[in-house]
Amino acid sequence: MSSLKDVETLSTYLDHAATTSMHPEVLDAMRPWQETLFANPSGSHRAARAARKAVDEAREVIAAELGVQAGDVVFTGGGTESDNYAISGSVRARGGTAVCSAVEHHAVLDPVEHHAGRTVAVTADARIDVDDLRCVLDSMTSAGQEVAVVSVMAVNNEVGSCNDIAEVASVVRAHAPNAWLHTDAVQAACWVDLSELTPHVDLLSLSAHKFGGPKGVGITVVSNGVTPEPLMRGGGQERGRRSGTIDVAGAVGTATALHITGSQRATASQRVTSLRDELLDALTAIDGVTETVPRLRTVPGIAHICVNDLDSEALLFMLDEADVYASAASACASGAMESSHVLSALGLSDDLRRGALRLSLGHTSSSADIDRAISVITNSIGQLRERKAARKQRA
Amino acid sequence: MRVMIGMSGGVDSSVAAALLHEQGHDVVGVTMRLWGGESDTGCCSVSDVDDARRVAQQIGIEHVVFNFSEEFDEHVVQPYVDAHQRGITPNPCIECNRHLKFDRLAERADELGFDAVATGHHARIGSHANGRLRLERGADLAKDQSYVLHMVTAAGLEHTSFPIGHMTKDEVRSHAARLGLRTAGKPDSQDVCFISRADGREHFLGNRIPLRSARVVDRSGSQIGEVPSVEMVTLGQRRGLGVPGGGPVRYVIGVDVSDDEPTVVTGDADDLLVSSQKVHSMTWVDEPFEGDALAQTSAHGEPRPCRVTSTGDRELQIDWGLRSTRIAPGQSVVLYDPTSTWVIGGGIAERSPL
Repeated sequence: MSSLKDVETLSTYLDHAATTSMHPEVLDAMRPWQETLFANPSGSHRAARAARKAVDEAREVIAAELGVQAGDVVFTGGGTESDNYAISGSVRARGGTAVCSAVEHHAVLDPVEHHAGRTVAVTADARIDVDDLRCVLDSMTSAGQEVAVVSVMAVNNEVGSCNDIAEVASVVRAHAPNAWLHTDAVQAACWVDLSELTPHVDLLSLSAHKFGGPKGVGITVVSNGVTPEPLMRGGGQERGRRSGTIDVAGAVGTATALHITGSQRATASQRVTSLRDELLDALTAIDGVTETVPRLRTVPGIAHICVNDLDSEALLFMLDEADVYASAASACASGAMESSHVLSALGLSDDLRRGALRLSLGHTSSSADIDRAISVITNSIGQLRERKAARKQRA
Repeated sequence: MRVMIGMSGGVDSSVAAALLHEQGHDVVGVTMRLWGGESDTGCCSVSDVDDARRVAQQIGIEHVVFNFSEEFDEHVVQPYVDAHQRGITPNPCIECNRHLKFDRLAERADELGFDAVATGHHARIGSHANGRLRLERGADLAKDQSYVLHMVTAAGLEHTSFPIGHMTKDEVRSHAARLGLRTAGKPDSQDVCFISRADGREHFLGNRIPLRSARVVDRSGSQIGEVPSVEMVTLGQRRGLGVPGGGPVRYVIGVDVSDDEPTVVTGDADDLLVSSQKVHSMTWVDEPFEGDALAQTSAHGEPRPCRVTSTGDRELQIDWGLRSTRIAPGQSVVLYDPTSTWVIGGGIAERSPL
């Protein structure tokens, strides 16, 4: 395997859903706010006011991209915090419980389970089953259970399926009129015009590092009149919604990244769609390899396949050795691959689930990456199958 | 050689990995994630994975984690629970070696193009005069782990390496200290890795099976005490039987877990002595064997002379020279050559009649 230097230069990075590299402009925009202009924006001197101005401007840029008011934008410590704030903050503010789809990211699923909430089934293409959503909300209403918040992700992080948030909103407004609607849009930012989502929801979460911004910065969009209880109490920053010294460089970097993402979204989507199609066409031509969710239902950036007779761990090891970086399900704290709750919710057989592979593309993906990935993955699958057959024969 | 080394996060496998790397092999460290539940004792807690990863970084080898928790549950945890329910005393470490380290991990290593799997066990690989490989005790007899490795076959040994088998534990620790490995002073793991030390075995079993109280009787059938859970009682046990003190020491000589009336039968030390023992599920490192041997019936028990006679497919009887203490059913019986150097094979003790 290669040294760190090789990791930087020779790798084929197909794990953009895990994180993206920062756009160079983002790092440039952030640097002064960590170096010379380092003041705390909550201070009362000239240096503090300069920092405050940078944060205010960043907030406006973000609000414009999202089609919301600047005051609706709350900076947090990341996507997980944003999701927790939306779920736990809503339940604590309003009582009752939470409802979400069965394939949410753990940052939503775990708080919902923590509050003894309910999950809603998904269709075979990993989108929320709106009929089941209706049923769940009705049954909770008739049981006298208050629903504080309904959370439905805009784009699934494993298989890339997109929900119709407008349709979800119309069901929620009709069947749980008091509930707030949250969408985890962490995987949507690169591919979906976020200003088309915000009119339908009360709360929306983003994570900067998924769209070329810095790690450790999240955004929760909180609509006017929606008042989740804060998770962090202290200095009262972010209008009391998220205490803690404001990360000026993070805010500036996030705004820069979101602006770049917004202005390049249409062309990037088109470019990445054709790369993704080339990748999926080549891989699904291999015997026993299937597209997990039809690509018409997914964002361009995620190509998810299942190999019917191999273990993801073995396949990922082979790819890793060839410096093709991909992923299976989400990794747990120990670094092991967890079996995917998303693929179980889709009702995939154990054999298919074991051979899951997520290849996620992004702003740095090139045609050369795809060519190399196709050849490495094809060879790896072939080699693993050969060795497996040889082992069987010896036994 | 391309070697996959199983790294538990302990000092033995840390040093084993370092030695292989020093010898110039192409080494990848693997930590198996085996247990999904809570644990504070075992080889698969997040902190142990952290230790394994950090050691791999210090040595300069790659480190990956494989999730074998489904296989572990199926082949180790479930059988462990079932055994207790049937009044049998299982050895989960042996089943883990049989099904995980020397089966699943070896299979994975083979698929990924590795030449061998190495572990940090205290055991050695030697060879017979005819060149066939054999499994030998580790150089540090106090730490020898050949007992829990008895299921490895001669064919398997060709793709196996025990890099620290020739070292004493002290030598292993000093080597780790010389390299500045963070695991140098880490205590040996003792307990069953998937059972939390704080909650204990009874708590673990109680969450999975109903624990039933049982009468404790003497050989004549008169009740002399009571235990809260018959599933926790082991042959040979003499404490925790609810028998008032002062009288003669009483040993468990039989455990009846039958549904209608679970009973623990006690007797004196002499009642535990038997002249023979049946063994099933035998595996042989090399060839099936009959004749004089030594039998070891616990990880660090004294090997006892015996005569081995085959009684069927993978079944045998061992006759003790002198009457010998009865073995708890479910325990592994491992046969060694008369010089107590190498492993002939091993199997599982059957319940002996009272």
